[in-house]
Amino acid sequence: MSSHPPVRDWATDFDHTDPGWVTDPFPIWDELRETCPVAHSDRYGGTWLPVRHEDVAAVAYDTEHFTSRQVIVSEARPGPNDLPAPIGIAPPITSDPPFHALARRLLLPAFAPKPIAALEPSTRELCRELLDATAGKSTFDAAVEYAQEIPVRVIVRMLGFPQEDAPRFRQFIHQIIEAVDVPAEERRELQDQGELGEYFEARINEHLANPQSDLTTFLLEAELDGNKLEPDHVMGTMILLMVAGIDTTWSAIGASIWHLATHPEDRHRLAAEPELLPTAVEEFLRAYAPVTMARMVSQDFEFQGCPMRAGDWMLLPFPAANRDPEVSRMPIGW
Amino acid sequence: MRVVVDSEKCQGHNRCYALAPEVFDVDDLGFAFAIFDGDLPPELEAGARAALSNCPEYAITIHEDEA
Ligand code: HEM
Ligand code: SF4
Repeated sequence: MSSHPPVRDWATDFDHTDPGWVTDPFPIWDELRETCPVAHSDRYGGTWLPVRHEDVAAVAYDTEHFTSRQVIVSEARPGPNDLPAPIGIAPPITSDPPFHALARRLLLPAFAPKPIAALEPSTRELCRELLDATAGKSTFDAAVEYAQEIPVRVIVRMLGFPQEDAPRFRQFIHQIIEAVDVPAEERRELQDQGELGEYFEARINEHLANPQSDLTTFLLEAELDGNKLEPDHVMGTMILLMVAGIDTTWSAIGASIWHLATHPEDRHRLAAEPELLPTAVEEFLRAYAPVTMARMVSQDFEFQGCPMRAGDWMLLPFPAANRDPEVSRMPIGW
Repeated sequence: MRVVVDSEKCQGHNRCYALAPEVFDVDDLGFAFAIFDGDLPPELEAGARAALSNCPEYAITIHEDEA
């Protein structure tokens, strides 16, 4: 829920925490695409919003004028304690070139097709267990009891943390991704100190004393230019993997279930023709693309006729880009 | 038809490998390369085209037969 005043006008005062955006952003983007393809809002200290595919792609690929130093729009801006650009607080997602490529390459072996395929059997088993646990219930919240459970448990396993800690991860995600409309000071407190940092530090120390074959040990042993990673880099990347692995996936699974629940004809078709599932998954990822990242303008310049000022936020609604009729077919289908 | 992966552009998203494992393989880092040096068997062309349009880095190019 947003603690901000209601949005007066989407072209000049938008806010992605407004209940109107949260419940149904699609008509907002459709309208802006026609009337004001790069919207602006004074909120969060100044934020831009491109909604056309062409503009979202242009910003995402333009690492000269836009920095990834901070990729979540909030009241808090990078502070003196944050790792400076081009590394950022959670490499590689908060890194800029040329450091970005190095930080990214470091992670790739852990996410190549073979190690990921090795996770499939246990993940399928987990999904079946969660479904079995709903037996006998006439209704249940599929987002909370199914979708949200899956990535939390998978990522806890990948990082090599105790399974019983899974519920705490929900709280961490809330602090980082959802609590973006709280005042800057409160947000810094949420992020900088306390439980989250302590929790990860404790796990890192355990792994240093007792290396495992998991992502945590993988990161602790990884080398850049012959040196082990800085402790801040390891912790930042671990927190990134937690956030990137959990929030995205639970939103994607939840949105897909929601689509099937509200489109019985699609549900019947998939049940009858399960070989269409891979295509359906691609369509869900396109139309409900569960990630809206941000960039920060790194220098004053003009973009699509709009005056960008260094330090302005640039919100990137990927699902809006993916639904642009210039490049995509709507409604979704397979 | 010949298919080429530009290793400078490839970021290891593995979309090509997921869509057309008969046409693309990946190294230990997940960077892709084309399995066939020469012409693709015709039955694999559709997979190569799907990979081309799905590669997020525009790293794949297809060369139609010049013969
Ligand atoms: C449906 C699921 C997912 C979606 C839609 C998704 C989407 C994205 C997007 C759009 C970005 C680019 C962000 C930007 O441009 O600033 C990204 C980056 C990233 N994601 Fe995901 N993601 C998903 C799942 C995951 C999972 C499961 C993990 C790991 C466990 C993960 C790890 C990462 C990492 C490490 C990056 C940073 C890569 C880099 O900076 O080069 N993601 N993701
Ligand atoms: S889809 Fe493109 S970027 Fe991804 S592995 Fe294949 S060639 Fe590389």
